[in-house]
Amino acid sequence: MPVITLTIDEALVSARVGQTVLEACRDEGISIPTLCHLDGISARGGCRLCLVEVAGSNRLLPACTTLAAEGMQVSTRSDRIDRYRRMILELSFAERNHQCAVCVSNQNCELQALAAELGMEQVRYDYLDPDLSMDLSHERFGIDHNRCVLCLRCVRVCDEVEGAHTWDVKARGIESQVITDLNQPWGESLSCTSCGKCVDACPTGALFTRGATVAEMHKDAGFLRRILDGREKRQWRR
Amino acid sequence: MNHASLEIAAEDELRRQQDLRLRIFLCYSTPCVAAGADRVRKVLDELITEHTLAAELEIVATGCMGPCSRGPLLRLRHANGSESLYEQVEPEQARALLLEALDEPSSEGGTAQALALDMPFFARQTRIVLSNNSEIDPENLDHALARGSYGALSKVLQDMTPADVCAEITRSGLRGRGGGGYPAGVKWELVRKSPAERKYVVANGDEGDPGAYMDRTIMESDPHRLLESMAIAGYAVGAEQGYLYVRGEYPLAAARLVKAIKAAERRGLLGSRVLGSNFNFRVDLRVGAGAFVCGEETALMVSIMGRRGQPVPRPPYPAQSGLWGMPTLINNVETFANVAPIIAKGADWFASFGTEKSKGTKVFALCGEVVNSGLIEVPMGISLRDIVFDVGGGLPEEGRFKAAQTGGPSGGCIPADHLDTPVDYESLQQLGSIMGSGGLIVMNDRSCMPDVAKFFVEFCRDESCGKCVPCRVGTLEMYQIMERITKGSANMHDLELLEDLCDLVQETSLCGLGMTAPNPVHNTLQYFRDEYLAHIRDKHCPAGVCQLDHVPVLDMPEHASHLIIDREEL
Repeated sequence: MPVITLTIDEALVSARVGQTVLEACRDEGISIPTLCHLDGISARGGCRLCLVEVAGSNRLLPACTTLAAEGMQVSTRSDRIDRYRRMILELSFAERNHQCAVCVSNQNCELQALAAELGMEQVRYDYLDPDLSMDLSHERFGIDHNRCVLCLRCVRVCDEVEGAHTWDVKARGIESQVITDLNQPWGESLSCTSCGKCVDACPTGALFTRGATVAEMHKDAGFLRRILDGREKRQWRR
Repeated sequence: MNHASLEIAAEDELRRQQDLRLRIFLCYSTPCVAAGADRVRKVLDELITEHTLAAELEIVATGCMGPCSRGPLLRLRHANGSESLYEQVEPEQARALLLEALDEPSSEGGTAQALALDMPFFARQTRIVLSNNSEIDPENLDHALARGSYGALSKVLQDMTPADVCAEITRSGLRGRGGGGYPAGVKWELVRKSPAERKYVVANGDEGDPGAYMDRTIMESDPHRLLESMAIAGYAVGAEQGYLYVRGEYPLAAARLVKAIKAAERRGLLGSRVLGSNFNFRVDLRVGAGAFVCGEETALMVSIMGRRGQPVPRPPYPAQSGLWGMPTLINNVETFANVAPIIAKGADWFASFGTEKSKGTKVFALCGEVVNSGLIEVPMGISLRDIVFDVGGGLPEEGRFKAAQTGGPSGGCIPADHLDTPVDYESLQQLGSIMGSGGLIVMNDRSCMPDVAKFFVEFCRDESCGKCVPCRVGTLEMYQIMERITKGSANMHDLELLEDLCDLVQETSLCGLGMTAPNPVHNTLQYFRDEYLAHIRDKHCPAGVCQLDHVPVLDMPEHASHLIIDREEL
């Protein structure tokens, strides 16, 4: 397999042709924060947390969609990037109601973990406090739109892995919201197979198993890799 | 139709026109129709039927003539070539004009106001893109042929290789007119050299900037120019399929383009074996559904493919991987409209207009506080002063010029100190604005700059697609701060926060919409910071636009209003 060499944070690194900068970094054990990215589904480039500096580009590029190239010089950390990542998290927290203390995913939440990791200590922007609903019509799962960060992992995993395409998005901009089928209650969805992949893919407490109460919702981070390894490599394991 | 019959058809049409006693050109573009051009047409039609004059004269319902604020516009051209133009024509005045021209003067109806054809508004313009606008009926292919349409395509198919065509476009110095200013020839060459079994040509007619209507006018007034240029592009890059993406708010443009495509296909100017050659080129129309972001090229292509119109990260650029993963040439409508004249008259001719780095002309929609508002086409490098005070005729009611807004929500305001700046891509960028697609709004000192910036931030907030966090949430937070500033409840910390946020949204957004959304704020802060400070520190709006509260108010969402404690109740 053809191999390329690039510089990441001043260290020479080799990567396979076709790998993204994010994959190359993770193979080398370099951590880049991500929120919308999920190994196993298509890259989206929407959360903007994985932005890196690439020499020769005057823009910051998302590591998840930028292909690694021979001779590329990448910086994954700088004062500027760190500051922007914290600000993006602040915006995410300000957008909806992320009150950890009453959330099913408290202490098991990727958004919360990122805030801790990146040192986001306060939100300087106006909390928007939207008045959003919950949908508890499904017999096994529920969705609380107040906790949704619009990473659209649920939409992609449902479409690309389960093949049901139950989830989609309605409206645009700040009004965007994930919906089931044509904006029907989840419990009435004809396409939903109740597989629960969306719930495990969700980084926050937006999608949860019914009955879970504060801090009880544990999500299986490795589920998608296991499913895909089983399908593609016939390696079924638990 | 083949190359020879194309020329014959053009000559026949020209001869027919020359034999007419009188040709009446009535501007039938959207602004003039809104001002009553259809009523004028009805009266003239009746008069012609009444006097059985159909063989001697014709009414040409043309595209935009330019001075849109003066519509309906009517131009008379006699067989001897003499011409006169009238503004704000009432139906009865049109009737009187026609009778007078036919030597049957009538005292009824009064006289229409004549407009000098050599006034600076017309004299200072150079019309390349708009050259056919006021001469042809957009729905009449023969009119277009008589003006030389499809001649450039015929030339390309007979005498030029695809490489020649790309080289000619490169040599002309044509740059993207959608705002980016990327050299068109370089893009064409990239697509030509990308190996693929299929390629596509896309014309971006999703013009969405507030106050801008250049592309709409081109599509409505001279659709065949666009189709011809797209076919030339198809030949040059090796594409057999073109898509015209027109925004849903332009129904007239879409209807005329459909008619034009059909007419051209019927005559063998589009479709299979164009003009008898081995080149096939089909054009299909795609109509947008009202999203500003679909003017962004990646979102536009996603929309053509029938998916939710949201941008995707570049690279890969459309030239490598565009529609259905195939190399795609995507240019703005106005860029295409320059192509046919470049091929017909040569790259050197085109390059003789404009400046060192910005060649040719630019169409602007001149509006706001200016006497002659309308659609203008001026050579690149003309000073802003000439545009506003010569072509535009200055500000009405002795208003004092304060700033000119260019580039719509991605642009900025150019203050009076910089009026002598030449209008080209680099100069405007240096001033913190952009050429953009060509909206030009003139403002007098009754405009409040923070309020203007707030308007554009609000626009971007509403039009953000919601895909990336900085644009989706950042523009809204920016708007909230702007709202506080213009209401008088902001403090200096808010201003700091705003500037910080502008940097974030600019540098981290996914597509051009977000990246340029902070421009109006950045730019007005650069030139009119004192106005922001007056709002924040003195709770005073220098232009007298904003209603400021002197006491900072706590904005509370409605559902939290029960938290407010009423002092009376305590």
